[in-house]
Amino acid sequence: MAPTDPLDDFITAAAEALALPIDPAWQPTVRQHLAVTLKFARLVEEFDLPDETEPSPVFRA
Amino acid sequence: MSIDPESTAAEIAQAVRGGAVTALDVTEAALARIVRRDPLLGAFTDVTAGRARARARAIDAGRAAGKPPGALAGVPFAVKNLFDVESLATRAGSKINRERAPAQRDSPLIERLEAAGAVLVGTLNMGEYAYDFTGENVHDGASRNPHDTSRMTGGSSGGSAGAVAGRLVPLALGSDTNGSIRVPSSLCGLFGLKPTYGRLSRARSFPFVASFDHLGPLCRSARDLALSYDAMQGPDPDDAACVDRPAEPTLDALERGTDGLQIAVAGGYFAAGLTPEAQTAVSRVAQALGARRTVELPEPERARAAAYVITATEGASLHLDRLRRRAKDFDPAVRDRLIAGALVPATCVNQAQKFRRWYRERVLALFDQVDAILAPATPCTAPLIGQETFRLGGVEMPVRPNLGVYTQPISFIGLPVVAAPIPLAPLPIGVQIIAAPWREDVALRIAYALERAGVAAAPKPPIR
Repeated sequence: MAPTDPLDDFITAAAEALALPIDPAWQPTVRQHLAVTLKFARLVEEFDLPDETEPSPVFRA
Repeated sequence: MSIDPESTAAEIAQAVRGGAVTALDVTEAALARIVRRDPLLGAFTDVTAGRARARARAIDAGRAAGKPPGALAGVPFAVKNLFDVESLATRAGSKINRERAPAQRDSPLIERLEAAGAVLVGTLNMGEYAYDFTGENVHDGASRNPHDTSRMTGGSSGGSAGAVAGRLVPLALGSDTNGSIRVPSSLCGLFGLKPTYGRLSRARSFPFVASFDHLGPLCRSARDLALSYDAMQGPDPDDAACVDRPAEPTLDALERGTDGLQIAVAGGYFAAGLTPEAQTAVSRVAQALGARRTVELPEPERARAAAYVITATEGASLHLDRLRRRAKDFDPAVRDRLIAGALVPATCVNQAQKFRRWYRERVLALFDQVDAILAPATPCTAPLIGQETFRLGGVEMPVRPNLGVYTQPISFIGLPVVAAPIPLAPLPIGVQIIAAPWREDVALRIAYALERAGVAAAPKPPIR
């Protein structure tokens, strides 16, 4: 059996869980965009913030 | 009488108020220019000629009856087609939204401009659902840059910039989530204002990313920006983000000049990867303002990254149901990014929103030392329509997401910015004048001073 790509597997599983159909022809581009977004997310995540940091915006009742 | 298509909104309003010209004459002239020039520019998606003529006649009748005609008397304007316009479906650049019921009521910003005497003449082309920096649209065709119609207007407020730079109207409204007013202003050589987040009501406009969505004007002079911005300010309970803060008029402050203002140039990230044109533009502005100091915004690359993550995910959340049911009706370039955004874990978004607060506090601290910061608006002048990549800092990059590389870290925390056009040849390019929250007056004063000094100007395009 051919080895599978973890990000492709994630896309397939997450899309199914969200009931979001993805045409197989679109998947390479979706994968490319997701990889870029996750790369940016990692860049943000690597920056150490105190646990107490509030997200912005803050809800006010 | 003939109307000079170069007339600014302020000049038109003065002429209408003084009786030198009627609002109907001005409106007819604008409608005629749209008929003649728009087939080349692709700026308009609807022309509201009947409504415009009726409105213009009412202004002229009011004036004849002694009613003050308003600060924007007879000024023709148009809006990006994500603003609600009564009796039109708000398409937001999409095919899908054309099936929506026609809007019941105008957006409050249209209402406020018309209350000041302006005349809506139509709606404008845009990138689908505003997820765009190019001004291209697969459903309506590309908006074309009046300075070279083979080139992009920039987006997503592409039609807004094309209509004003092409001299169809002196004033257009656009939206700016990550740079969608500032990028097209830069590529088309216009003055554009992205106000402080929460300053202008977004009620009855189609959203994109609630965390960053802003609305604002594009014009050919700094005075017109101030004039229209002042007419649109004020609280609005129909937009949850619109602040309960009284209007703070800016027009009278324009003449105060830049004396006493501390102005710095953004270094580091904002000085890297620039084309010679962008470098020249920033240098010219800095020199004219005597801005010798450089400031470093903290972690701008991470700010841009966080804005990217929040945009992808909030945009995906907005469109999730349409992606499930109507994916084939989207522009593929927009669809695939939105689908990717739907799959991003929530932890990434929360971390980005936490970083946003950290970044906001650090950047606001810079404004204890300076009143305004200068930065490029785009890394380059207008790319060709359909161009997919460009070279920045020696690296080949995709055009679509990277035109906003210098605007995204600023709208991320809602700072007010004026994009000022620097008329380089053959194509213009913009410089961002960034101020502290609620200090639109400072950015507008600087833009006006640059215009008076001949450094910033909206260059005349070659089209007839």
